[in-house]
Amino acid sequence: MGMLEAILLTVITAATPLVLASIGELVTERTGVLNLGVEGMMVMGAALAFSATQLTGSPYLGILAGIAGGALFSLLFGFLTLTLVANQVATGLALTILGLGVSGQIGEPYAGMSGAKLQPIEIPVLAEIPFIGPLLFRQDIIFYLSIAIVAGVNWFLFRTRAGLKVRAIGDNHASAHALGIHVIRTRYLAVMFGGACAGLAGAQLSLVYTPQWVENMSAGRGWIALALVVFASWRPWRVLLGGYLFGAVSISQLHAQAFGIGIPSQFLSALPYAATVVVLILISHNRRTTLINTPASLGKPFVPDR
Amino acid sequence: MRIELEKRANPSTLFSILSPFLALVLTVIAGGIMFALIGKDPVSALYSFFVEPLLDVWSLHEIAIKAAPLILIGAGLSICYRSNNWNVGAEGQFIAGAIAGSIVPVVFHDWHSPLVLPLMLIFGMIGGALYAAVPAFLKAHMNTNEILTSLMLVYIAQLFLDWLVRGPWRSPDAYNFPVTRDFAPEAILPELVSSGRANLGFLLAIVAAVALWIMMRYTLKGFEITVLGQSERAGRFAGFSSKRMIWFSLLLSGALAGLAGISEVSGVIGKLQPIISPGYGFTAIIVAFLGRLSPLGVIAAGLFLALTYVGGEAVQLTLSVSDKVTRVFQGLLLFFVLSCDTLIQYKIRLVFSRLTRSSEGGAQ
Repeated sequence: MGMLEAILLTVITAATPLVLASIGELVTERTGVLNLGVEGMMVMGAALAFSATQLTGSPYLGILAGIAGGALFSLLFGFLTLTLVANQVATGLALTILGLGVSGQIGEPYAGMSGAKLQPIEIPVLAEIPFIGPLLFRQDIIFYLSIAIVAGVNWFLFRTRAGLKVRAIGDNHASAHALGIHVIRTRYLAVMFGGACAGLAGAQLSLVYTPQWVENMSAGRGWIALALVVFASWRPWRVLLGGYLFGAVSISQLHAQAFGIGIPSQFLSALPYAATVVVLILISHNRRTTLINTPASLGKPFVPDR
Repeated sequence: MRIELEKRANPSTLFSILSPFLALVLTVIAGGIMFALIGKDPVSALYSFFVEPLLDVWSLHEIAIKAAPLILIGAGLSICYRSNNWNVGAEGQFIAGAIAGSIVPVVFHDWHSPLVLPLMLIFGMIGGALYAAVPAFLKAHMNTNEILTSLMLVYIAQLFLDWLVRGPWRSPDAYNFPVTRDFAPEAILPELVSSGRANLGFLLAIVAAVALWIMMRYTLKGFEITVLGQSERAGRFAGFSSKRMIWFSLLLSGALAGLAGISEVSGVIGKLQPIISPGYGFTAIIVAFLGRLSPLGVIAAGLFLALTYVGGEAVQLTLSVSDKVTRVFQGLLLFFVLSCDTLIQYKIRLVFSRLTRSSEGGAQ
């Protein structure tokens, strides 16, 4: 394997959790709900996936545990913000704080154990293509899922009736409600989809990226995923682009150290966070385009009138 | 079964007082269930978590020590959130304040003067405010979401502190440990009373919270904050500038977080090290909400959350429960506070069948 191939492989591994968490949050935000709890759902997914894998011996059951855990955990957010119309910003923060605490307790017995790494699945024929084959067709199932979900979400949002309803709710929940669309029910489903994706992203962290449990192992990726949704202007394919860009930035520190570049490691570790700020500025400084792209009812509470 | 909300004509005064207490009760119940689930006797666990720390002088001092930063940061955040500006990066401003305030005792360690401590506190406030100025500038002039930028800056501050204490500021005589030199005696916040460790930081926190309460209640600025927070449009008609409010609220909360940071380093730790906070900046968000975004409420809430830190340490020792319990408690508490706050604006009704709804509201 060549140098470039090795580097690109690590970029893909670093990008996959970002892509997954952002695409889930993108759907949630398209229905007008801002869930700031991505970090919490992600770290819950990581803890559940790792502990389930240790208990059952099967990383695939681990993945399922991560997805289910993320989705169930997001229901807590859904209940508060959708049924009890609590403040979405505060509730999202609460979800993150709680997720970091609960995942710490779940994962504690497994800290320091080395886990079973999820094995790659080779796609016949395609995997033989030089260069591209080993990169894209000799990957683990979570990578394939991440691409499929992005494609699926794009198709769903822009090519189906249900997707149109989702976008309608996000742009004006009162009108959507008047048209007889189930605003709250759709939002619950979208929140759970976001939770499931964040849980899957977490599973990738503890089964593929670093196959072990470390407390707070999501290390801000959930927040970066939130920024990526803004970066992508709420368009699915751009999530993929942004995710890979950030994946590249976040692994650049490893390679810079390998090349012996004399920058302190802390500065390189800070790069993805600094890049997030820069990207947010570039994307949002134009007030008009931001206004056009943002789902108009994002973050606003909705109580159906009777 | 369905839950339906009905908006009250006026916010309920009863529930706006009751809601934090209701949330506390629910948290304690949920905590008891959690202890039972992990196989501990819930009654004795809750007793050593919430009651025992109140019974001896040593742990009362610990509570005061931990309440000081929570109240300082929480009071600032409550103003910030009232004005609808979401500074969630207080943890970063706390670190920035600690670093800026430490310039005096670390870089100019040969300078001995009674001016050292006041200068440190001022530098700490400036450091925190400057660090909060970044998201303020970006929100006011670049239209950038302050939640994400202030949070990203937390990670950057943590890494910068880590570099500082392992690199240029590492003490020459610490045997390669990542710490700065110990602060000289005149750079240490004095103790409050002779019975224990609690320092002047607690007094600073109470003074700051009371001052902010007076500002909110009796000054035009307080009114401006409330109006702009509830409706930016209404504020504009009254001639208030939402841009100036972004600056004001973020700089204020940043300065207080910075003051908390330097007080912690000067009064409790006595030097800089890679980790100087058990997440005070994030816990203070809970404090602000539990205190119903009122600076006086924040004092009570800060004391309670300080109790969860001390109680968490206690059960860790007596029942060998993991210290993660504290975080779970704090997260649960915020959830319950937010749910109970719904009762202030809405009546909650349980609907058991679809029939009730159609007979009340007609065809859907």
